[in-house]
Amino acid sequence: MDAYTIVFYVLAAMTVISAAIVAFTNKIIYAAFALLFTLFGFATLYIYLSADFIAVSQVLIYVGGILILILFGVMLTTKIYDVSVKSERNPILPALIAGIGTSIVIGFVIFRTPWNAVVDKEFTTIAPDIGNAIMGKFLLPFEVASILLLAALIGSVLLARSEENE
Amino acid sequence: MITLNTYLVISGIVFVLGLVTIINKKNAIGILMGVELILNSVNLNFVAFGRYVDFDIKGQIIAIFVIILAAAEAAVALAIVLNIYRNKQLIDVTKIDAMKN
Amino acid sequence: MVETAIIITLLPLLAFVIQIFFGKRLPRQGDWVSIGAILISLILSFKLFFNMIGSYDPHFLVQESFRWITLGEFNIDLGFALDSVSIIMLVVVTIVSSLVHIYSVGYMNGDPMYSRFFAYLSLFSFSMLGLVIWDNLFGIYMMWELVGLCSYLLIGFWFEKDSASDAGKKAFIVNRIGDLGFLIGILIVFSQIGSFSLSEISQSIANGTMSEGWLTAAGILLFCGAIGKSAQFPLHVWLPDAMEGPTPVSALIHAATMVAAGVYLVARISFMLTFDSMLVIAYVGGFTALFAATIAITQNDIKRVLAYSTISQLGYMIMALGVGAYAAGFFHLVTHAMFKAGLFLGSGSVIHAMHHAQHKLNIHDEDPNDIRYMGGFKEKMPKTYWTFLIFTLALSGIPFFSGFLSKDLILGGSLAFAMAHDNPIHYLLPFFGFTAAAITAFYMFRLVIRTFYGEPKRKDIHEHIHESPNTITIPLMILAALSIFIFFTLPGLNPFSASSSWYDYLVQNPVSSVSTYMGYNINPISDHTAHSAHVTAMILSIFLATFGIILSFSIYFWKKFDVEKLTERMGILYKLSYNKYYFDEIYQATFVNGLLLWNRMLDWFDSAIIDGLVNLSAWITRNFSFLSGKFDNSVIDGIVNEIANMTQDSGKHLRKIQTGQIQTYIYAALLGAVVIIIVKII
Repeated sequence: MDAYTIVFYVLAAMTVISAAIVAFTNKIIYAAFALLFTLFGFATLYIYLSADFIAVSQVLIYVGGILILILFGVMLTTKIYDVSVKSERNPILPALIAGIGTSIVIGFVIFRTPWNAVVDKEFTTIAPDIGNAIMGKFLLPFEVASILLLAALIGSVLLARSEENE
Repeated sequence: MITLNTYLVISGIVFVLGLVTIINKKNAIGILMGVELILNSVNLNFVAFGRYVDFDIKGQIIAIFVIILAAAEAAVALAIVLNIYRNKQLIDVTKIDAMKN
Repeated sequence: MVETAIIITLLPLLAFVIQIFFGKRLPRQGDWVSIGAILISLILSFKLFFNMIGSYDPHFLVQESFRWITLGEFNIDLGFALDSVSIIMLVVVTIVSSLVHIYSVGYMNGDPMYSRFFAYLSLFSFSMLGLVIWDNLFGIYMMWELVGLCSYLLIGFWFEKDSASDAGKKAFIVNRIGDLGFLIGILIVFSQIGSFSLSEISQSIANGTMSEGWLTAAGILLFCGAIGKSAQFPLHVWLPDAMEGPTPVSALIHAATMVAAGVYLVARISFMLTFDSMLVIAYVGGFTALFAATIAITQNDIKRVLAYSTISQLGYMIMALGVGAYAAGFFHLVTHAMFKAGLFLGSGSVIHAMHHAQHKLNIHDEDPNDIRYMGGFKEKMPKTYWTFLIFTLALSGIPFFSGFLSKDLILGGSLAFAMAHDNPIHYLLPFFGFTAAAITAFYMFRLVIRTFYGEPKRKDIHEHIHESPNTITIPLMILAALSIFIFFTLPGLNPFSASSSWYDYLVQNPVSSVSTYMGYNINPISDHTAHSAHVTAMILSIFLATFGIILSFSIYFWKKFDVEKLTERMGILYKLSYNKYYFDEIYQATFVNGLLLWNRMLDWFDSAIIDGLVNLSAWITRNFSFLSGKFDNSVIDGIVNEIANMTQDSGKHLRKIQTGQIQTYIYAALLGAVVIIIVKII
């Protein structure tokens, strides 16, 4: 195993372990911070997949945007200085049963299916290709997505605004 | 040796963990985190398949759209959660049942 | 060099930004910011100008382009170009603009929106200078719309006055019509050639990329933009109303620079004009020249006379472009910019004085612009009088003044065109030109005599008239100096011809790409024809101008003819001219009222026929419903109620599945997924 692979497995482990913390911690604020590491871990995995643009988008949108939103949500709905407050949870057993069942099925699918995978390709930056594809072949979904974002923006502003003036 | 299966296993584990999070948590924001985990694992799948099976940028393009949708979803969901919390002082989804009956 | 030109352009924009945000808080309301910016631009323009003169090369051209948009195979390049035409234009715009800036310090003094006025002036200077330096239709269109916006803002500057805000709207809307044509023209060219750059368009036309029909269509549509902006017939109606704006604005925008942008545009695209589109341009221009001149005779508002005179002179320039005398048309643009700006600023000086006099006498219901209340101001305002006289002589086409040189070139060009093309109808063009020349001399001297000569019409006002302050008179003197022939004939000193001047050498008619494509010269005018036409035109135009002046003096000064009787004798002609051929009324009656009538018809159709049908169907429905209601109540309701009861009952049981708990749903979804996968695998 070379350093490249070792680092990969370390990052993968970090991703999975922090995801597990998200799943099993009782403290919502811990979960949020563990999510941060998971998302970062995913960004590094994208780099290993030579998807540099996605990696950057992941950091920008997930870590910089969504996670901040979630943190805001946590802070606005619980008392931030009171970390010891445990959020209630459902019984763990059914969750575990469902999880293990799903794992078995997914594992089955992964290892049974003959993926005709190609051997490793070299790392090339494809951000310009993505730009061309979005502005060319995928222009319609891109525009639809922009309208969706606008709608989401207006919708969330409308939902979250204070209703004093009514 | 890093192969396609490595990524699939990682993504599978995270997916299951996301599922467990959703089932396990009562806090609405916690559930949202589970959803984000699932979306991320799916995204990893897309990119990995795009890289190893069909060497193209389609996988990445789809991943971009997933990220966009996730952003929109998170914004709206959090707005709803905040609104409910402000009106009911509740964050526990099992107790929010105003639309029942 | 291009960098210098960009700096020249951006300085006024910087001044605009400073003025609009901080203007009110700066000392002196920040007028020095705008003036400083335009003066630096002026100096830099002169630097470019002397660079050009220094190289003394008629094919002087500096270009620089950059890629604006890249989308795969699709590229849009934009760029700047400086040739002799654009550099001369830069100098003209900065000179007039600087003088108007300085003039406004005196004229707008004490206005509550003083700083905003300077901000708008700066914005206008920016967009006008930008229009000049772009080498592509797209950039020109952007700036074209920006100058239109500035024009709108400045016409309606005193927006509390209804007439001013209406005039602004009118200008904007009328210009829209022309600009639509302009836009379509640009799109045609782009769709056929795939480039906005003028040099690339010129090349591909020479290679035959566009058929003659497309070229004619594109040429005429692009010219539509010029019809709107340069106030040519039939879109001329906005310019006289635009005089509601402050007088410096009229001088800068509606006389010297913006309205000339149409002429500049046509000169720029002249390489792509086919013979048919040239004919359209020539006739529109020639007709406008004569038509507007006849209106100017009878107007009583000093600024309106000048406005119609501007339309008429713009018609001259357009006609020159149409007959292929591009250099002559552009030359007239330059000389006209100087003396017409001067005329407006001079009229502003008179109005300023009138306004103060009326203010002192507490007269508020009289129009300070009306020449019927003026007269005998010669001794009271000597500086304004002498400069005004010089501008008038220049406009009338009297030798030793700049206007003579350029007007003579245009008239010669139109005459040569008629002589070169074997069609007697084309003699209409020189006819339009020469008649308009005589009329121009006539109405301009009518204006001078009524304003400055004779007995004062109103003694009380006359006593309170004073010369305007230095900030007003100094720009007038500078412009008057620039209206002398010498600046335009150097290094030659012949006051009758500019044929050995720097201008004649540096600005030459562009090579027609259409001629290259067609393989023959579409507008052949031999040197011999041009020369003989030139001499004839010179003699004839001096004669006609003198005739116009003498006629004017004999009617209005020596009173050889009774004006009242003359008006009566002319009867219908006078009325037509006085009411501007009823164009506003015609447009009101046809387009505005036509639209309203159409709306009313639609309304009637709606309320009578559609509503009638609706009511009828409603009546039928109502009666039918009454019958069916009975049926409903007994039979249908029985069935429906039974179904409803069943649904309710089943719902009561099914509702228990909908727990509202995400977890439950997920279990269900998982179960389904697992089943599907297991089935698939097995």
